Amino acid sequence: MATLKLRDVRKSFGSVEVIKGVDLDIEDGEFVVFVGPSGCGKSTLLRMISGLEDITSGTLEIDGQVVNDLPPKARGIAMVFQSYAIFPHMTVRENVAFGLTIAGASKKEKEEKVAEAARVLQMEHLLDRRPSQLSGGQRQRVAIGRAIVRKPKVFLFDEPLSNLDAALRMDMRMEIGRLHAQLDATMVYVTHDQVEAMTLADKIVVLKDGRVMQVGTPMELFHEPANLFVAGFLGAPSMNFLEVEVSGRDAERARVSNSALEAIDVAHKGRIEGPGQAILGIRPQHVSAVAAGRGMLHGQVNMAERLGTETVVDMTLKDGSKFIAAFDEDKVFERGESIDLTFAPERAHLFAPGEVKGAVH
Amino acid sequence: MSSKLTRSNRAGWLFALPGFSLLFLFIIVPFFFAFYLSLTNQRLVSPNPTEFVGLENYSNLLSLAVVTLEPERDEAGEIVRDEDGEIAYPRVRSITRSDDYPQYRGMGEWFRWHWGDDAKVVIASDVLFMKALVNTLAFALFIVPLQGGGALLLALLINQKLRGINAFRTIYFLPVVISIVVISLLWRFIYSGNDGLLNNILEALTFGAFTPIDWLGRTDTALGSIIVMSAWQGMGFHMVIWLAGLQSIPGTLYEAAAIEGASKWQTFRYVTWPGLRNTAVLVLIVITMQSFAVFAQVDVMTNGGPLDATQTLVFQTVERGYGKQDISGGATISVILFLMVLSISAVQGYLTRERR
Repeated sequence: MATLKLRDVRKSFGSVEVIKGVDLDIEDGEFVVFVGPSGCGKSTLLRMISGLEDITSGTLEIDGQVVNDLPPKARGIAMVFQSYAIFPHMTVRENVAFGLTIAGASKKEKEEKVAEAARVLQMEHLLDRRPSQLSGGQRQRVAIGRAIVRKPKVFLFDEPLSNLDAALRMDMRMEIGRLHAQLDATMVYVTHDQVEAMTLADKIVVLKDGRVMQVGTPMELFHEPANLFVAGFLGAPSMNFLEVEVSGRDAERARVSNSALEAIDVAHKGRIEGPGQAILGIRPQHVSAVAAGRGMLHGQVNMAERLGTETVVDMTLKDGSKFIAAFDEDKVFERGESIDLTFAPERAHLFAPGEVKGAVH
Repeated sequence: MSSKLTRSNRAGWLFALPGFSLLFLFIIVPFFFAFYLSLTNQRLVSPNPTEFVGLENYSNLLSLAVVTLEPERDEAGEIVRDEDGEIAYPRVRSITRSDDYPQYRGMGEWFRWHWGDDAKVVIASDVLFMKALVNTLAFALFIVPLQGGGALLLALLINQKLRGINAFRTIYFLPVVISIVVISLLWRFIYSGNDGLLNNILEALTFGAFTPIDWLGRTDTALGSIIVMSAWQGMGFHMVIWLAGLQSIPGTLYEAAAIEGASKWQTFRYVTWPGLRNTAVLVLIVITMQSFAVFAQVDVMTNGGPLDATQTLVFQTVERGYGKQDISGGATISVILFLMVLSISAVQGYLTRERR
């Protein structure tokens, strides 16, 4: 069990800098998820922690010891890969015992530890099979078995569920959550799937273009996104962004409006200076439909998707911008129907214009 | 039931026709022709009509017997010894030319060993063939590990990401594209006893303590010299095959091994070598088959000598078929060679099959 400390960690491939100074503290026993769009550097960062990639500058500490120049095996880590990376010519038993074989463990010790790992992962019946006889989920289970059998200080997961189909992914996700609770180990997990991030993490690190956008618990990130990118990245459907005019401002709130939005007061959190342009973020789930003329947002329905448990409405606001609303009940909307929406101003987020946008969907 | 292969596929067959007809004309027909010839007494040019002789050619090649020679004794029954104290034996021809032993007529001594005071002599109807057979087997036995192992080593070396690695790949592959005759001629200079490169190097390395050897002119070094040179020549080809095998091993397996703390040797043993299994089978069988066909090196470098120390089966085939105009004898050797290579490859294939 261990703590990790990253200080101004950078990585360059030739002249291209892909990790642009990451500072991060990971507590003992914490489950940390790196999430971000593809190419954001999350896998590279994980591989730098594992020792598979060199650290160009900055320091990485595991348990207070700087490990920049240590090879992977000296760092006390184990890693699970997206492609499983289990050895095709070995049985499951041999695969799980691989780290012990390498370390020259006795036969008895190997048997005990493999049996223990198999019990934890409920795969005792698979031990004598070969990887070619296993399904994707079972293979990933074997890879996890190989990781836990050595009792490493830190577990690293590199998109472990991305090759699995949706149903299996959910099973394995719960399994990994259970495993974390059971082993109480420090785990770092990379994914591009925000559902995995939200459900598994004690702490989420949102990355973009090699920089940390925000670090926090899933609910902090969801309810208090620090910037436009995080706001747009987490949540499905993603947050709506309206371009608004700031007409007034006091210490806490700013008055904003546009041609589709009636003036409301929103907490600005110091993100905007005086009057001018700003961006207002509203989650689709945080609006509700009201009778015509009684809401503060006005628009027209383009299309409604009825999912049974919720209804997702694609609409165009009066000012011509797109807006997605999600109602948690089955409702019928006609195409072209006028619609008025209302929402609690304290659930809206105000951002300065020109802030990092990028992957806002 | 007509298969998809034979139905409405005229264009396909038309395209395959040139290849098929060449294969048929130059591989399949000659093979059956050789098999037929091996059952006759056909000569390359002869006024006499061809006669069917059954398996006589085979028995002429393959007949073996062990005869026991008892020491010569004087009147007192004591064993007669020469000045050096060696036991004197009657000459082998006292048996092979005796009318008492018609079954051994015409056979010659191949080798002998001692059993108590007696000498056991293995006599063969065709000693030269037997020597060629043993040399060919020795050639195959040594060249498989030498060439295959060397090629794997080269493949591991050039499978690295280094500046200028392509230059090395080219250099290692170069001997393959040069004619074996040219290479044999060059190596004859290298092996030369007078002022050969090898002797010069060895002399320089040992500060003159090494006495120059005529590598191709001695019975104990000639075959070895040819083996080393042949292994070197073919290494580049098998290096490329190994390289293809190496590059088919997924990189994440190496990363997983590194995470688990495997040393370089352990990585090779647990990741690389098992991943090369199928490649190894291919390389093993290809080198074996090629090595049984060794001819050009022998023809250019030693002509089978000295004292038949480098005779090989294919060399004998050519020597007999064209040198001595004994085309049926040559055909017989090539049929035997075919059966040997076939059975050895089959055994190799069986031993290295995928076990589940």
